[in-house]
Amino acid sequence: MIEAIRSLGRWGLGIFERLGRGNLFLLRVLFSLGSLLVRPRLVVRELYSVGVLTFLIVFVSGLFVGMVLGLQGYVTLSKFGAEDSLGVVVALSLVRELGPVVTALLFAGRAGSALAAEIGLMKTTEQLSGMEMMAVDPVRRVVAPRFLAGVISMPLLAAIFSAVGVYGGMFVGVGLLGVDPGAYWSQMQAAVDLQADIYNGVIKSVVFGFVAVWIAVFEGYDATPTSEGVSRATTRTVVHTALAVLGLDFILTALMFGSPQ
Amino acid sequence: MEIRDLHFAHGARNIFNGLSLDVPRGRITAFMGPSGTGKTTLLKLIGGQLRPRKGTIHVDGQNVHRLRRRDLYELRKRMGMLFQNGALLTDLNVFENVAYPLREHTRLPEELIRDLVLIKLEAVGLRGARRLMPSELSGGMARRVALARAIALDPMMIMYDEPFTGLDPITKGTIVTLIKQLNQTLGLTSLVVSHDVEETMSIADCVYVIAEGRVIESGAPAAMRDSSSAWVQQFMKGEPDGPVPFHYAAPDYRDDLLAGGLV
Amino acid sequence: MTTRAIEILVGLFVAAGFVALFTLAMQVSNLSRLDTSDGYQVTAYFQNIGGLKVRAPVTVSGVTVGRVSRIRYDPKRYMAEVTMDIAPQHDYFSTDTSASIYTAGLLGEQYLALEPGAMPEVLQNGDIIEFTQSALVLEEIIGDLLVRMTTE
Repeated sequence: MIEAIRSLGRWGLGIFERLGRGNLFLLRVLFSLGSLLVRPRLVVRELYSVGVLTFLIVFVSGLFVGMVLGLQGYVTLSKFGAEDSLGVVVALSLVRELGPVVTALLFAGRAGSALAAEIGLMKTTEQLSGMEMMAVDPVRRVVAPRFLAGVISMPLLAAIFSAVGVYGGMFVGVGLLGVDPGAYWSQMQAAVDLQADIYNGVIKSVVFGFVAVWIAVFEGYDATPTSEGVSRATTRTVVHTALAVLGLDFILTALMFGSPQ
Repeated sequence: MEIRDLHFAHGARNIFNGLSLDVPRGRITAFMGPSGTGKTTLLKLIGGQLRPRKGTIHVDGQNVHRLRRRDLYELRKRMGMLFQNGALLTDLNVFENVAYPLREHTRLPEELIRDLVLIKLEAVGLRGARRLMPSELSGGMARRVALARAIALDPMMIMYDEPFTGLDPITKGTIVTLIKQLNQTLGLTSLVVSHDVEETMSIADCVYVIAEGRVIESGAPAAMRDSSSAWVQQFMKGEPDGPVPFHYAAPDYRDDLLAGGLV
Repeated sequence: MTTRAIEILVGLFVAAGFVALFTLAMQVSNLSRLDTSDGYQVTAYFQNIGGLKVRAPVTVSGVTVGRVSRIRYDPKRYMAEVTMDIAPQHDYFSTDTSASIYTAGLLGEQYLALEPGAMPEVLQNGDIIEFTQSALVLEEIIGDLLVRMTTE
């Protein structure tokens, strides 16, 4: 019994220790962001591997998610004779929830895992150590540009996801199921608010991007320098990001949309 | 460089218990010892990547672990280190790898960097391989490129971590010659960490044998061969059994077999 | 991949992201709607506002001219006080304009409809609309109807 409580305590302490190290690491990264102003090229390189390479999967997923929303929304709405509100359903689902959340999950799978694996492997092959011995701070040269690129990419990717999704929903709703295009757009425009919906969606995606890329670079940098350690870090990146994003999404949603006016 | 009363522990395992030694300027000093005695750890301590529990390390009169970050980085610019597997940056080609410290720490014009890099690559005989990526290099070539990178900033001291491990005899010979040449022509202080007895003995001016966290024996290579210590004799000749037992600590063989049951 | 190609692709990516954001702002949401930020405010008092909410549209003949900016209960008048922002270009409402709360469709959102009167003076910032008609509350109508049916 005592042993069980003890192992529970050890587990808890372990979690807090990791959290603490993660926060210290984040501070180090944030303090080194300034040095990137001198070398914006480093960020451009990472924007390529973090942003451009994630673009395709986000684009395709956005299209299909929008199309599915169009189809499902139509089926439900037509029962109430409210097909004209299809645009509202598609746009609000995308802008408020699916855009930021699904993009963050895709981002974790495509870019986050790659970041963690890359940094973990650089640690395993002593490249980070080698940089330190060359008097180059790896947090500045390796981690900070990747971090910044991730934080910049996420809102852009989420916006692409939502925009493409709206057109995907229109393709199904208007093109295939015969919803009036004027009603699709005008109802959408009447119901979607720039401030309450779009800004909040963008804020969500920025927060998710920050968290996703933080987890990825920390897991990579903190990985045990063995092949097993790197593979664990990659897995943990995806799992922890997914959990963190979904949990945060609930909190953010409650804060943004929860309170009645 | 001098190390005094160094203590270091990795988790619960003590690695150094009061290690003290001196490394003379401009000479090749070798640290030898069996695997797992913390030779690589020692180099990391000297480079300031790890902190000792107790004791001091002075490099060129400066206490490495008392330096502020900026000064430590200044000091590191004057230390080169050759990692076991080279630690080349995999996303840059050979030329860019050697140019990396120059680009990071100097504001030299591009033509000058090119000339410097080619000089360093010529010194290790790989000027022709400058466009290759690290993944296209053999182990020995990677180590030579790493060597060229380590001397890019013309350091005062260079540390070699297991420079001979896992190489064929020809490459091994090349590396031995390179270390010796660099030491003579550039007047570098060289630190070699290795357990390859023959190669290390052939170039070192002074050898320290380290085991169980302390210096067991030190002196010129010739003196080491005639050492009275049974331990050093076993290490030098590579005998399987001696003061360092062949068997990992275990209960009595007969009892263990008869005990039956599961592991 | 050359640096040049990478830079071009990154440029395209960032541009695509901004185009998407722009699309969301302009096409999907109602950014192109009326700007009431430098308009004027008028107040109206209602017995019952029903389900009227802040940001509900203020319309004239179905054309949106402003938004409800504040709703509160006035304990002195024992009435609901509704403040609305009206866009600056719509500065022609006479002082005897009346305000009513209607529902868009059977189950839709409630909105505030203005009906201009005949007086020559126009409403200014801070004026009060005197003539108001409260929201129709479905339960009251049904209750009314039942009473009438039973008394007949």
